Amino acid sequence: MGWLPWQFSQSFHLPYLVTFPQLSSGFTGKFGPIFLPVPRPYSFFAKQHLKTLNLLYFMDLITSHGYFLSVYFEGDMDFMNNKLAVAITLAISTNPVVSFAEDDLTSLRQQIDDVKEEYEQRLFELEKRLEKAETARAPQTSTSANAFNPAISVILDGRYAHFSNDPENYELPGFQLGGEAGLGESGFSLGHSELALSANIDDKFYGSLTAAIHDHDGETSLELEEAYLETLGLGGGFTIKAGRFFSGVGYLNEQHEHAWDFADAPLIYRGLFGNHLRDDGVQISWIAPTDLYVKVGAELLRGDAFPAGGAAHDGVGAYSLFAKMGGDIGVSHSWQIGFSHWLADVEGRIGGHHHQHEDEEEHEHEDEHEHEDEHEHEEELEVAHNPSFTGDSYINAIDFVYKWAPNGNPKNRNFKFQLEYFDRKEDGTITMLGSDPLETSNYDGHQKGWYAQAVYQFMPQWRIGLRYDRLESDNQGSDDEVLAEAGLDDEGITPQRYSVMFDWSYSEFSRIRLQYNRDDSFGSPDDQVFLQYTMSLGSHGAHQF
Amino acid sequence: MKNAIKLFALLLTIALAQPATAKLNVFACEPEWGALAKELGGNALKIYTATTGKQDPHHIQARPSLLAKARQADLLICTGAELEIGWLPILLRKTGNPRIQPGRLGYFMATDYVRLRDIPSYLDRSEGDIHAAGNPHIQTDPHNIARVAKVLAQRLAELDPANAADYQNRYQNFEKRWQAAVRHWEKQAAVLKDVPIVVHHKSWVYLEHWLGLKEIATLEPKPGIPPSSWHLARVLKQLKRQPAKMVIYAAYQESRPAHWLSRKAGIPVVELPFTVGGTREAKDLFALFDETLKRLRGAVK
Repeated sequence: MGWLPWQFSQSFHLPYLVTFPQLSSGFTGKFGPIFLPVPRPYSFFAKQHLKTLNLLYFMDLITSHGYFLSVYFEGDMDFMNNKLAVAITLAISTNPVVSFAEDDLTSLRQQIDDVKEEYEQRLFELEKRLEKAETARAPQTSTSANAFNPAISVILDGRYAHFSNDPENYELPGFQLGGEAGLGESGFSLGHSELALSANIDDKFYGSLTAAIHDHDGETSLELEEAYLETLGLGGGFTIKAGRFFSGVGYLNEQHEHAWDFADAPLIYRGLFGNHLRDDGVQISWIAPTDLYVKVGAELLRGDAFPAGGAAHDGVGAYSLFAKMGGDIGVSHSWQIGFSHWLADVEGRIGGHHHQHEDEEEHEHEDEHEHEDEHEHEEELEVAHNPSFTGDSYINAIDFVYKWAPNGNPKNRNFKFQLEYFDRKEDGTITMLGSDPLETSNYDGHQKGWYAQAVYQFMPQWRIGLRYDRLESDNQGSDDEVLAEAGLDDEGITPQRYSVMFDWSYSEFSRIRLQYNRDDSFGSPDDQVFLQYTMSLGSHGAHQF
Repeated sequence: MKNAIKLFALLLTIALAQPATAKLNVFACEPEWGALAKELGGNALKIYTATTGKQDPHHIQARPSLLAKARQADLLICTGAELEIGWLPILLRKTGNPRIQPGRLGYFMATDYVRLRDIPSYLDRSEGDIHAAGNPHIQTDPHNIARVAKVLAQRLAELDPANAADYQNRYQNFEKRWQAAVRHWEKQAAVLKDVPIVVHHKSWVYLEHWLGLKEIATLEPKPGIPPSSWHLARVLKQLKRQPAKMVIYAAYQESRPAHWLSRKAGIPVVELPFTVGGTREAKDLFALFDETLKRLRGAVK
């Protein structure tokens, strides 16, 4: 754009005197007088001599290529000397702005708008790139030290429960209960309130800690549910996990209780593991580089927590092996099957009938199994007639999960079926601690059980589920009375339970559940009703299969 | 026996003699990125697309099949901005695959290269399932596809230098065709400017900005919360005051609320593909926008 015509455009021009049409040479142009109230550098040399009336004419020539040629004729009349000095100035520009009359203004404005738009767009692009560069370098982080805080989530879990039998008398004939096995309290109570922290430690490790806060008989206790680290992208499909974690045995076991589809654990989990198989140790797993999902894993565990005990072999008392396979069938179906094996050298596993434990210290004892000296201390004190098992324990398990969602989109409707079967054999001795004279028996136990459940989300937010549980045991010993006292006599009963649940999840983070169990585990059938809420606060939970 | 050994040796030789120039394994979280990778990589890539156009990319579980595929991936192409927060972190953590970890060349999040809209100034779950980084549904604006294509082509060249020239050529070719298509779409979309619409979920903010559509209501009371009858009634009441021209939902979203409102308010309902494969016609990225505009224009006639 030329410097000159632009500056004096439009407002200072008098109307054109002559407008000539398109010339054959490709020029078109206008001619007329102009009044310029500001100094004009182009008339510089004319002014050197003449200080009289200024007359200025101009002619604009526009070439067909859009180049714009302004020719200024400046005539200074020197009346004193009767001279006429003429200065001719040329200005070339690429934009014919200066000399357009009103009728041209519209098209002129249009052009300006176009240019403006083009530049605005470019500016916008530049801004974007700038912003991009800024955000790429400094993603929206606050500069405070809190920016590196781990992901925090809190699970609030509470319920109202009703039992037709006294929950204190709960037992599973043929199974030595331990861990958190039991029905819980009737009426209003809190379940597992969980606090979970997790984050990448660096680019090689991930860490997670989950603490559960329980109430037992009016006293609040903090329990470390999980505290582990896990390798990130170790390579070759390997992952190593170390610390305290839920074992990879079975399907449900690796999930936290708030992710379960029912308010309570399957009977077989309650009977064998005290709800969850959890221990301290190391897990190594490997995923095969195949399109079929194949994962194998092994765990070396301390063997101190129920259903192991005593941390045999200098604290490497339990082992497990597991394998999982899975995939999709078409787009709407998916499945997974798993096989697990767990074995432990058990030294003094304490369990027993849940209702025997009315003393708080025993509860702690049962739950924690932390220090050997504590065991002894408490045994001396209080633990009357508590069965203790020492020997070998083997578990074989198979689990199967099938899921369906129309077009593989589970958001609106989905269906899930799962089945798990566990078989445990134990070989050793049972001792009734605190008995005098000491009662012992050889013990050759065989316990098995399974559950199957189906959950259907029939519309967004609403699900219904059915579950059936069944246990069976065949325990032999040299002294039947001791076995009976230890709760290992099946009393001719095969415990079974029917459950139906109905839940509503307003969002991904809240759930309210109503569940009814018909529990034929012992004595007269027990009608159990739970109204439970499970809320998760904080970081977004994982959508596990 | 000897024959058996010979046969075994032969099979082993064949197995080991597989060409060393294995294709790059691409794991695309959403169909639009799978389709883009196909445009840019062609046969040099082995592309697996983890979700379909009929699936809500947020509500996916870390299924065994996804774990198996992520285990083998050389390049992960996902949307990012927390869209896959429920399942991608599990895939990254559980598969022991170092190539696709954050910060590596094999980790590509499309939203890192696009200016995000709707960045919430107030983060609280009472606002629904909002994404702190901004609205992640960037693929509804073709300019965003172009931006991602440019960096993705560079990334492919970095990962697979042997085919770098090929990726660049394919990118140039794609870019030319894409820009021409965008001009065509923009011309077609002139009738959509300032048209008021109702949407199911805030899936369309980029499309709205691109075409000048005016979103006046959402069927979800809050992002991620399914439409409730009282909220729909409220939207209907709002439409009496402030009429809309159509109600839009993505192919994977529940259609009933949109159809209900359409009947009650007497405005057309438009099912949009949202991504490649969302509807039968949306076979690739070009067809996706062809179809989207066709359906939108059909509703304003």
